[in-house]
Amino acid sequence: MRSAISFLRSGKVVSLELTNPTQTLLDYIRLSEKKTGTKEGCREGDCGACTVALGRLRDGELVYEPVNSCILLLGQIDGCELVTVEDLVSEGVMHPVQQALADHHGSQCGFCTPGFVMNLFTLYHQSKEGLSHSDITHWLSGNLCRCTGYRPIVDAALEACAGAANDVFSARAAETMRMLASINDGADVLSGSEDSFFASPASASSLAELYAKHTDATLVAGATDVGLWLTKQMRVLPKIISLNRVADLQKLAETTTGLHIGAGVTYAQAQESLAAFDPDIGEVISRIGSKQIRASGTIGGNIANGSPIGDSPPVLIALDATLKLRKGDVSRELPLEDFFIDYGKQDRGNAEFVEEIFVPRLDANQVFRAYKISKRFDQDISAVMAAFRFTLVENRITEARIAFGGMAATPKRAAGAETALIGVSLDDPSTWTTAQNAIKQDYSPITDMRASSAYRRDIAQALLTKALVEAAGTSTSKTRVVGQRPEGVTHAA
Amino acid sequence: MQPDGLVMDSPASDDKRVEQMEQRVASRSTKHDSADKHVTGEARYIDDIPEPDGLLHVYPGWYRGAARGKILSMDLDAVRSAEGVVAVLSAKDIPGINDCSPAMGDDPVFAEDEIVFHGQVVFAVVATDRDAARRACQLAKIEVEASEPVLNVAQARDAGITVLPDYLFKKGEAEQSVKDSSSSVTTSFEIGGQEHFYLEGQISMALPGEDGELYVHCSTQHPSEVQHNVAKALDLDEAAVTVEIRRMGGAFGGKESQASQWATLAALGAHVTGRPCKCRLDRDDDMIMTGKRHDFLTELSASFEANGKLNAVVMDLDSRCGCSADLSLGINDRAMFHSDNAYQYPESLIRSRRFKTNTVSNTAFRGFGGPQGMLAAERLMDAIACKTGLDPLDVRLANLYEGDKGVTPFGMPVEEGDVLLDIITTLEKSSNYRERRKEVEAFNANSPILKKGLALTPVKFGISFTLLHLNQAGALVHVYKDGSVQLNHGGTEMGQGLFQKVAQVAAQELGVSLDKVKITATNTAKVPNTSPTAASSGADLNGMAVANACNIIKDRLLKFAADQDGVAIESIRVSDNVVYYGDERAMSFRDLVQRAYLARISLSSTGFYATPKIDWDRENATGRPFLYFAYGASCSEVLIDTLTGEMKVERVDVLHDVGHSLNPALDRGQIEGGFVQGMGWLTTEELVWDDEGRLRTHAPSTYKIPTASDVPADFRVDLYASKGNPEKTIYRSKAVGEPPLMLPISVFCAINDAISSLRPGLLPQLRAPATAEAILHAVHMIKKGQGA
Repeated sequence: MRSAISFLRSGKVVSLELTNPTQTLLDYIRLSEKKTGTKEGCREGDCGACTVALGRLRDGELVYEPVNSCILLLGQIDGCELVTVEDLVSEGVMHPVQQALADHHGSQCGFCTPGFVMNLFTLYHQSKEGLSHSDITHWLSGNLCRCTGYRPIVDAALEACAGAANDVFSARAAETMRMLASINDGADVLSGSEDSFFASPASASSLAELYAKHTDATLVAGATDVGLWLTKQMRVLPKIISLNRVADLQKLAETTTGLHIGAGVTYAQAQESLAAFDPDIGEVISRIGSKQIRASGTIGGNIANGSPIGDSPPVLIALDATLKLRKGDVSRELPLEDFFIDYGKQDRGNAEFVEEIFVPRLDANQVFRAYKISKRFDQDISAVMAAFRFTLVENRITEARIAFGGMAATPKRAAGAETALIGVSLDDPSTWTTAQNAIKQDYSPITDMRASSAYRRDIAQALLTKALVEAAGTSTSKTRVVGQRPEGVTHAA
Repeated sequence: MQPDGLVMDSPASDDKRVEQMEQRVASRSTKHDSADKHVTGEARYIDDIPEPDGLLHVYPGWYRGAARGKILSMDLDAVRSAEGVVAVLSAKDIPGINDCSPAMGDDPVFAEDEIVFHGQVVFAVVATDRDAARRACQLAKIEVEASEPVLNVAQARDAGITVLPDYLFKKGEAEQSVKDSSSSVTTSFEIGGQEHFYLEGQISMALPGEDGELYVHCSTQHPSEVQHNVAKALDLDEAAVTVEIRRMGGAFGGKESQASQWATLAALGAHVTGRPCKCRLDRDDDMIMTGKRHDFLTELSASFEANGKLNAVVMDLDSRCGCSADLSLGINDRAMFHSDNAYQYPESLIRSRRFKTNTVSNTAFRGFGGPQGMLAAERLMDAIACKTGLDPLDVRLANLYEGDKGVTPFGMPVEEGDVLLDIITTLEKSSNYRERRKEVEAFNANSPILKKGLALTPVKFGISFTLLHLNQAGALVHVYKDGSVQLNHGGTEMGQGLFQKVAQVAAQELGVSLDKVKITATNTAKVPNTSPTAASSGADLNGMAVANACNIIKDRLLKFAADQDGVAIESIRVSDNVVYYGDERAMSFRDLVQRAYLARISLSSTGFYATPKIDWDRENATGRPFLYFAYGASCSEVLIDTLTGEMKVERVDVLHDVGHSLNPALDRGQIEGGFVQGMGWLTTEELVWDDEGRLRTHAPSTYKIPTASDVPADFRVDLYASKGNPEKTIYRSKAVGEPPLMLPISVFCAINDAISSLRPGLLPQLRAPATAEAILHAVHMIKKGQGA
């Protein structure tokens, strides 16, 4: 057990006892380190001005990912290398991404710029064969700029990030990895006192034990939601248990039947495996939050949080995923859809935590479609999220699983439409009508700032129609303005 | 002595002069002065200034239960005794006047008896750290007798409550003409507001000095007004208050009048505690508590000929001003000034009503009412196109101001109609508008779900403050003994590159290299009584004032050299830090300065500029409110999904007139950035208030400005090959801050075009912003045969 957190900073190991368990990483950088290059734009992980890079060891490699320091807790960077904008100038020479941004007139007011620099720094360090314009715009979706209109920033990224990384960070990568390995000691961390602490257990059994003892503690995975309880609601959370370092929860295991996703696996980590199930799942994940959010937020958190507008639950419910919960040494499994009881209410007992999600593969005769409707394509919260799984025999639907987000107090299946679809022929749109009408009766959505109730109902129907049209063989180039599937991919792989 | 180069000359039209210009410091695409500091994180914003010892944090508190009501009681005991709290401030702590309005005296710093909008400040907490202050704010017990709020234009119309008198422009008998015409159109539509979403939120830091003096760092476009308001609230002479701003992290109009309240809170905190105080709003509170672009309800009717040419136009421009006047007079006037956009209205009646509501007071935002008026004009063009079956571009061309014959609805001549026509026809060709029109039609004929739309729209935007006295600027230039130059002027830097442009002017006028010109923070102690950096006027006004100051100094230096060395003053030239007598190098600029200093010649000067030619008699609605117009045009193509209403902008072509550019790279930055910001206003940026008057879109999670992927990969922007501004502006350039914001009206019109393809002849019931929901609504209505 350690009482101090450790992280790597400018080539040195920093060890800190945490006096405030909920200090954000941004407050640490700006107020404790007094480094003011990193900016606070929104304090809720939506504008990217506070972006910093975290270097981590992943499968024996050093990976830099962008995170929103405004909502990440300082304790959560244990075992990471922290890189801020101040670290990029080396011996008076700007980093290639800095130079390119300046040369391309990529800053105007400059307030968002350090965040762009740091996000591009992580892109610079990724493998990126054939880096395209849209790769960059999607990579940057978590960085808002109100001045430039982005064109010069994208041009700078195309210039600076196209080649292989060649900077001081790549030059000292081996040393960095050695130091990271030394601080990733697999020890449980508890910094603070019994009444107020930041804990970062290293194993599921440590977590279970600690949580059983402190049932009033707050579990934090990516802090992409809990962070806002602190920064916006000004809540006081004296006991924090971070899931970041629980090794058992980081597992991402593919089997012949499906995919096991540990509760601590981030969207970014799960994306590739899930996208292999169906391109639409990859598309949905790429539109969850931003690069920064996906590097921190977890699918487990998206579920445990219980929000009716999380993007992953409808997809996972349509795929018939199951959830594994654990309390102490006892685990239980349930269908994911049963976890969501009502608004703000989930089937999670005292001291119980989400351990794993299991996602079964699609069968060869199943068609999957998912759609996200939001005001803005990238980095927005759904007005409506829909996922469809049709099981087909000779172009007739024998089973349908349809789940929606944003339509009810929980992610919810479209029972009426599912029943009405059985026996429907994809070749004969006149047979679709009953289901198209039924889906409007399946939900009583609310009106809020994202959409009106009427629009949501219309969209539910429209998306069912779209899914059927596409399943019947119409190319998504004729049905979608964004997120077209690779040509020829109608069914799952 | 005349300023060097082209300031007072006729437009540079011949090739030689253009060639000369290219060699000038003042027309080069140099980087923003802070570009390197931006990318390294060294550029210092107010929150980055090292905090002085004993700094306290001020945070505003407000009542969350109602948008309107009488304050019955306020119990702040729990606030006072909260951890870290040093003082609690309310109206009774203000020694001077409890007001932070720009002019009308109707924006209290603290609400006293009544609450007039949800988010209005009632008290403030001064604490040892910011989070402690924010937490303490939650402990207030305020009792309010709530009453029914008036929340939008429709409700205010019914209630008949305005903040300012109605106003109109009238030419001919337009109402009667429309009524009598057999060929007319009548429609109405909503235009939404817009949140500025500057990346750096509102912030001020006040440092107390001797004798009650205050030094205030404030993120503002209008330091002089902040100085005035702080002095007014604290009962100080303006001379006792200094306001400084080196740079803002964006402003867009949102830090003109809206900065004063937070500066006043910081100053009051410093006054009460005797310690330095900082006030920085959290993003959500910033969005709730500060004003936005006005939303409008517009009603349009017009009569026209078979070729689409207008006869008479009647427009009603009704806006939501919010709870106070703020800058609504000028904003609504400007909506009227641009309600013709680029078109000749033979007869016109333009009416404006300025409604008062229980919502935050709406304020300046890039374009200052112009965008709303202009959108109404373009809506009219689309309505006529739908009615006549003509291509919307042909309707626009038929109505365009012609040559120098145009006269606006307010009687000002339009002298550059040829430029306007040249821009449109050039863009029409370069964008392949006509061929693409056919392609779009062919696509739509074969695409049942997805539809394309295309539109090409012009922009004509009047340059000058319509409040006459603001059209002045001051500068202060020092030359030091080593030949370096310190530059100061009344303009503020919010990202637009003003400091760089003006430094280029100073370097050009003095004949020194750009690296010799030291840019300094805007400071009311250096240049007093400044106008806001607004109305696109920054470079026009401050560039001229700086040129004036530089030329006064240079005049002294050259006279001195001529006297001393016995050369003709006409033969002396300073270029790139070298003084030439004829073609011969005489000495370095530094040596000349040294000699002049020893000879007791002043090396410092103020400069001043007042815009010529303009006059505006508001009472009689006559005169010339603008020195000139800036022009541009854009062509946009969009793809919509008729099942969901989703929309993607596929290609944009822009041609924009900046006269002779002071800095093409920075100008292009303004054009592209303005376009994307305006595109956000018209597409994804939706402000939503609930029935209780609470803003529901008060964070970037719910209020969606464009991201990188919303900007089309195919985005072609060109500067118009201008012969120079016909007016005598600085080097014959044209202002560029606001005009490009209106270019993306073509995006809105292209969406309209795409929907219209479902049922030609009907004008889609499309509102702005054209969100997916708004588009789907218009699609459903038009499919039912219902147009606007």
